Amino acid sequence: MEQTQDTIKMKGQATGKAALTYLQYVAQAVGAAMLALFQGAGRLFVFMGQSVVHIFLPPFFPRLVLRQLIDIGYYSLPVVGMTTLFTGMVLALQSYTGFSRFNAESAVAGVVVLSMARELAPVLAGLMVAGRVGASIAAEIATMRVTEQIDALSTLSVNPFKYLIAPRVLAGTLMLPILVLVGDIIGVFGGYVVSIYNLGFSPGRYLSQTWEILEVIDVTSGLVKAAVFGFIVALMGCYHGFNSQRGAQGVGAATTNAVVSSSILILILNYILTQVFFS
Amino acid sequence: MSETAKLQLSGVVKSFGSKKVLQGIDLSIPKGKSLVVIGGSGTGKSVMLKCALGLIHADSGSIMVDGQETMGLDSKGRTAVMQKFGMLFQGGALFDSLKVWENVAFGLIHGRGMDKRDAYSIVLEKLKSVGLAESVAELYPAELSGGMQKRVGLARAIATNPEIIFFDEPTTGLDPIMADVINDLIVNSTKELGATTLSITHDMASARKIADFVAMIYEGKIIWTGPVDDLDHCGNPYVDQFIHGRASGPITFGAAA
Repeated sequence: MEQTQDTIKMKGQATGKAALTYLQYVAQAVGAAMLALFQGAGRLFVFMGQSVVHIFLPPFFPRLVLRQLIDIGYYSLPVVGMTTLFTGMVLALQSYTGFSRFNAESAVAGVVVLSMARELAPVLAGLMVAGRVGASIAAEIATMRVTEQIDALSTLSVNPFKYLIAPRVLAGTLMLPILVLVGDIIGVFGGYVVSIYNLGFSPGRYLSQTWEILEVIDVTSGLVKAAVFGFIVALMGCYHGFNSQRGAQGVGAATTNAVVSSSILILILNYILTQVFFS
Repeated sequence: MSETAKLQLSGVVKSFGSKKVLQGIDLSIPKGKSLVVIGGSGTGKSVMLKCALGLIHADSGSIMVDGQETMGLDSKGRTAVMQKFGMLFQGGALFDSLKVWENVAFGLIHGRGMDKRDAYSIVLEKLKSVGLAESVAELYPAELSGGMQKRVGLARAIATNPEIIFFDEPTTGLDPIMADVINDLIVNSTKELGATTLSITHDMASARKIADFVAMIYEGKIIWTGPVDDLDHCGNPYVDQFIHGRASGPITFGAAA
């Protein structure tokens, strides 16, 4: 009987020890993950600060900025144009299907223009540019890191932040609002085409309904969002490229991380900015 | 090596996480002399070179250039020190979006603020000094062979007439003849400039050709240093094993790899 009690006591102690060890592992893993998260966030904020400071401090590289404005802005026009055109068209079709049940077809024009200007054009353009430009920035800078071209810049007395990062971040911030403005117009045009030629709306009434409902804040909020998204896309591309690990795998990981992180940040910031503008 | 040191590293320590890569490096290079650091892969050669250049921040120790401490310099001070440096990277590290002449002129135009026309004439002169024709100036790096890329890299490294030039495995990946050509170019161009040089390599032919002094790095420490003429009879078993490329000896595969 005494022996059985001792055995149970020993088993209980062993189980308690195992549970403690398990808890210790869990605590260590959670602690390490939290530390890594804060370290990563800290590094990103320092990187962001340096990027912004170098946009305003000389020497400047205007030709590089111009090249990035063309790369990020002009060459993204077809992608953003196609995306917003078809989104505007689908929006008109879908909203008509819903509103016709309540005899509220006249709201289609308003839904199209408000959705495009406030939400869809900035978010979709941001996501498309993240895929096209963010990935390309990350891959290019990561390749430069892996092939020691960034080190070479430093040895030639040129600050990599001024030469590589600042022009891209500036161009991203300036160009996305312009792309979104164009996207707004194309999206509304898409809705107009479907409404007039497919759903039988009157052109004059559709346009007047569009103008009547649209306010300045609807467009400006979208443009401010676009500037923030452009900054984020360029910054995340530069950050992940600049901190790329070695080899082809490192470049691939940098590209993936740039697109994923900027896409998620766009969605989170879109909610926050909407809350700020419209709540 | 007791003359005034142009470049001096004392007790330089660098760790990455728990891995201690440099465990107290002591090196000194007199003005106008060439020091070659030899050692196997993973012994800390590249990290040491990048610490000396300021591309990697050492954890502790001292790195003096012309008697001035360079550890912990602000960006302005670092830029001033960088103007004394030239660097030939192992893979060339040429900017592939720029033409050859723009690569060579990069430090002159962006680092020194020189006019493009003046820089271009210096570029042609430097390309000639590394045995490249004027026509190469308008090509892109991707259009050049490995040996030509190394030459362009060398031209870029010497374009600003630096006082100290760093060579990171200058002959790696080249055939023996091209390697010898690059060695000759290094010797000639640095002698012409009167530059002090620090090179890292595991190519013994290259080390013998370009070195005034040789140092051997092993497990993050300098284990031997002396004139190149003493290399073959230094009496250090590690150096002896390394220069003769023997598999057996005090350097074990696990440590060297």
